Amino acid sequence: MTRTAQWAYAWLMLLPAMALLALFTHYPAAATAWHSFNSTPKGARSAVFVGLDNYRQLVDDPVFWQALSNNFWFALYTIPASIALSLLMATWVNGKVAGRGFLRLAYFTPTILPMIAVANIWMFFYTPEYGLLEQVLGAFGAPSHNWLGSKSTALPAIMVVTVWKEAGFFMIFYLAALQSMSPNLAEAAAIEGASRWHFFRRVTLPLLMPTTLFVLVNAVINAFRMVDHIVVMTRGGPDNATALLLYYIYEIGFRFWDSAYAAALTMVLLAILGLLALAQFGFLERRVHYR
Amino acid sequence: MTHVYDSRGIPRAIETAAAWLLGVLWVLPLAYAFWTAFHSGEYSTRFVLSAPLTLDNFVRAWAAAPFARYFVNTVLLVTMVLAAQLVLVTLAAYAFARFEFPGRGLLFALVLVQLMIMPDVLIVENYRTMALLGLNDTIVAVGLPYMASAFGIFLLRQTFKTVPRELDEAARIEGCGPLQVLWKVYVPLARPVYLAYALVSVSYHWNNFLWPLIITNSVESRPVTVGLQVFSATDQGIDWSIITAATLLTTAPLLVAFLLFQRQFVQSFMRAGIR
Amino acid sequence: MIVQHMGRALRGVAVALAAAALPALAQAPVEVPFYYPVAVGGPITRIIDGLAADFEKENPAIKLKPIYSGSYQESITKVLTAVKSGDAPVTSILLSTDMFTLIDEDAIVPFDDLIRTPDDQAWLKSFYPGFMENSQTGGKTWGIPFQRSTIVLYYNKEMFKEAGLDPNRPPANWKEQVEYAQKLTRRDASGKVTQWGIQIPSSGFPYWLFQALAIQAGTNLMNAAGTQTYYDKPEVIEGLTYWLDLVKKYKVHPEGIVEWGTTPKDFFEKKVAMMWTTTGNLTNVKSNAKFDFGVAMLPAGKQRGSPTGGGNFYLFKKSTPAQREAAFKFIKWVTVPQRAAQWGIDTGYVAVRAEAWDTPAMKQYVAGFPAAVVARDQLPFAKAELSTHDNQRVTKALNDGLQAALTGTKTPEQAMKDAQREAERLLRTYK
Repeated sequence: MTRTAQWAYAWLMLLPAMALLALFTHYPAAATAWHSFNSTPKGARSAVFVGLDNYRQLVDDPVFWQALSNNFWFALYTIPASIALSLLMATWVNGKVAGRGFLRLAYFTPTILPMIAVANIWMFFYTPEYGLLEQVLGAFGAPSHNWLGSKSTALPAIMVVTVWKEAGFFMIFYLAALQSMSPNLAEAAAIEGASRWHFFRRVTLPLLMPTTLFVLVNAVINAFRMVDHIVVMTRGGPDNATALLLYYIYEIGFRFWDSAYAAALTMVLLAILGLLALAQFGFLERRVHYR
Repeated sequence: MTHVYDSRGIPRAIETAAAWLLGVLWVLPLAYAFWTAFHSGEYSTRFVLSAPLTLDNFVRAWAAAPFARYFVNTVLLVTMVLAAQLVLVTLAAYAFARFEFPGRGLLFALVLVQLMIMPDVLIVENYRTMALLGLNDTIVAVGLPYMASAFGIFLLRQTFKTVPRELDEAARIEGCGPLQVLWKVYVPLARPVYLAYALVSVSYHWNNFLWPLIITNSVESRPVTVGLQVFSATDQGIDWSIITAATLLTTAPLLVAFLLFQRQFVQSFMRAGIR
Repeated sequence: MIVQHMGRALRGVAVALAAAALPALAQAPVEVPFYYPVAVGGPITRIIDGLAADFEKENPAIKLKPIYSGSYQESITKVLTAVKSGDAPVTSILLSTDMFTLIDEDAIVPFDDLIRTPDDQAWLKSFYPGFMENSQTGGKTWGIPFQRSTIVLYYNKEMFKEAGLDPNRPPANWKEQVEYAQKLTRRDASGKVTQWGIQIPSSGFPYWLFQALAIQAGTNLMNAAGTQTYYDKPEVIEGLTYWLDLVKKYKVHPEGIVEWGTTPKDFFEKKVAMMWTTTGNLTNVKSNAKFDFGVAMLPAGKQRGSPTGGGNFYLFKKSTPAQREAAFKFIKWVTVPQRAAQWGIDTGYVAVRAEAWDTPAMKQYVAGFPAAVVARDQLPFAKAELSTHDNQRVTKALNDGLQAALTGTKTPEQAMKDAQREAERLLRTYK
């Protein structure tokens, strides 16, 4: 195939997806970018160009900085935990573990159950006095604790829910990747006398790298866009202890109806995520073992 | 299929125990949902094995919304979205994975933008677009913004990139055009990934709520989550019995589908790998 | 010439056609899309659909389209998204506190132009004044009360008996409330509390329950124009100090943030003897409490008091006069005494007009369930719920301050000063 034919082929194959993306993602995203340089239109008062005013407001907004720092810790703890657990789970249910069907379903439940319902169920787990956690801990004589109602434990409690959700989700993709690996590799390695750990580190892990890159990029993005369970469980409280960036944007956009300021925050979030994605690609894509 | 590196003896027992420990922890919310949905409210916080079973919660939940019609809509929605996604995503991922063309990096970055921007932010603009297209209050409008899925394109690009080049070249030597290569080599090899993607996509759209609520008005176009939401109203506190019953009611088809399809995870390699 | 003739003939045909079409046009039903949220349990969507069908039967020229729009929060999102795309409903039930937001968005019109006959005026006057406070501003009526609530005290009569208290004499003032709560709080041998005396929820929207304390201490939190808040008034700080004293000084109220959503369950589980929550919980408590319970007005500080809450009907600007007329007809129809009464009985909301309480259905209901009148009797002491311009932001300033004080990061004085400073900054532009 000539080079130009290749180009034409590629572009044609991309066309339908790109057209839909342009219509329903890029156009609104560009509109959002434009809104961020304008004031919020309110009824008869239409939007006027205000330059960087919304961004300046953001610098002086203590809740924004708190949300950013909350989000940083949230990402730092939940991403490695979810990825490690998901890999572990996938390895188990890829093998011949007893009760594999049940375990697969168990690990997959976070993806099947709607987040609003799940958040309500987790609220029961965390309820003081008679919640599940309290019932279990109480049996060991531990004192009662208000998990979601104190500033020190609210965010960790939300993190646990997130890890539960994310690990189960990523497990699927690791499992699919493990499934498409040829068993011949393991047999060959076993003949050469490689240990199990050695095989995992030297063969499985590198072969999983494309999936890991995929999972990592998604994990980072998700760490900045989880919001459903916060809406139900804490609404960002107590006193913004669980306010994450997207939750704060949601609050500004759909409670305060300050679309311009929400647009500015969205742009900041997009910039953060874009840079993180770029870093991950720059760093990992070269190391990923594609064939 | 045997795995040479499956553990044996004591390590195996420990691993099985650990896998089950995690399994029990992970299934806990679902288990709680089952317990609570089948018992009356006073047992929603008390786990007594002798507690009497009841279907009352399901009866109340079913009566609160036209669930039968909502199920039809949801099935139509997820089928339509998944079918469109599979086609669009496969073509785009193939282009990104195996074609050299100007603007590839930039276009891929543009695709990833969809991953990073949250759908909620786009609601107002997309609502306006749907109104312009005259699609408000239709199932198509619920699904259209999701049909080009960055998540799917990225996932399949990663998968297609791991397909050995030799297989690709062998097929070309046999005289296959690019689309035939895609269909005969790449798609079969990626079957487990397609399955994973299908499960995730269907689950997501089955449970998606805010956009469908806003873009639809009539019973004829609303999905099942809109019926579920009626019970999450918090003015008078959480009624776990009815929430869990409604949740099980709406997600039962997904649970059953997963139980059926999870077996495919084993067979797909056999079929795909031996080509 | 011929062309002219034909033109004239055609015009004639057109006129004849138009004349024929006119009566048909007049008969074409007026469509009235109507968004409504569901915020309490029970088959609300069925009830609303039933009301719409009955209304259409009596008014065949109107096609009322009830559209369920989620929770209150989702409903305002749906409404404003539609408004911003030029596609609003004709009428909608939304929080009474959304009034300023909707005015500032230029989304709604006042009812004043539609209220023309003396009958209409009498109808408007028949709503409880406590509910009208959140429905009128600047001399205009922007909302019509429909599903409204207030805060009341629910208490466990059995626990009262066990503690040696008279189950028919709930606490009447702050002092008694503390004394009762002390008697009702129980600890096991290790000092762990097994039963709390009282619980005032503080998650999500703590301002609402706190507002009752502030009113009882002697002041409301804002002016009627929605341009000024009084978060740092001494009375407000006194109210917050009282709340904190229940937690820290008397140790009769759980520490930290008390979840609104689980508070009724805490009450059913006998973990708490007295709870403050909405009258919207009446039906819920009635059907789920497995013990004898009482409902009482909130205890008085300097005075009794509670904010109102709940939803109003609004009329949207982007509609034809005929649509507005039709919607107004429906709103009048659905708030006649017997329907207002029935809605209150079905949902647990406070029936919004005095006449509703004189209907046979309501009298019968109250005879069987006397607790239902407490909310009505408290209405003379009820004040407008906190609502200002830039409402949610100004409210969040207070919510954050309250939660900071309740979790111990700020003193009451500091928390309220910070909240007031933030509110003043936000309201600057509306003065």
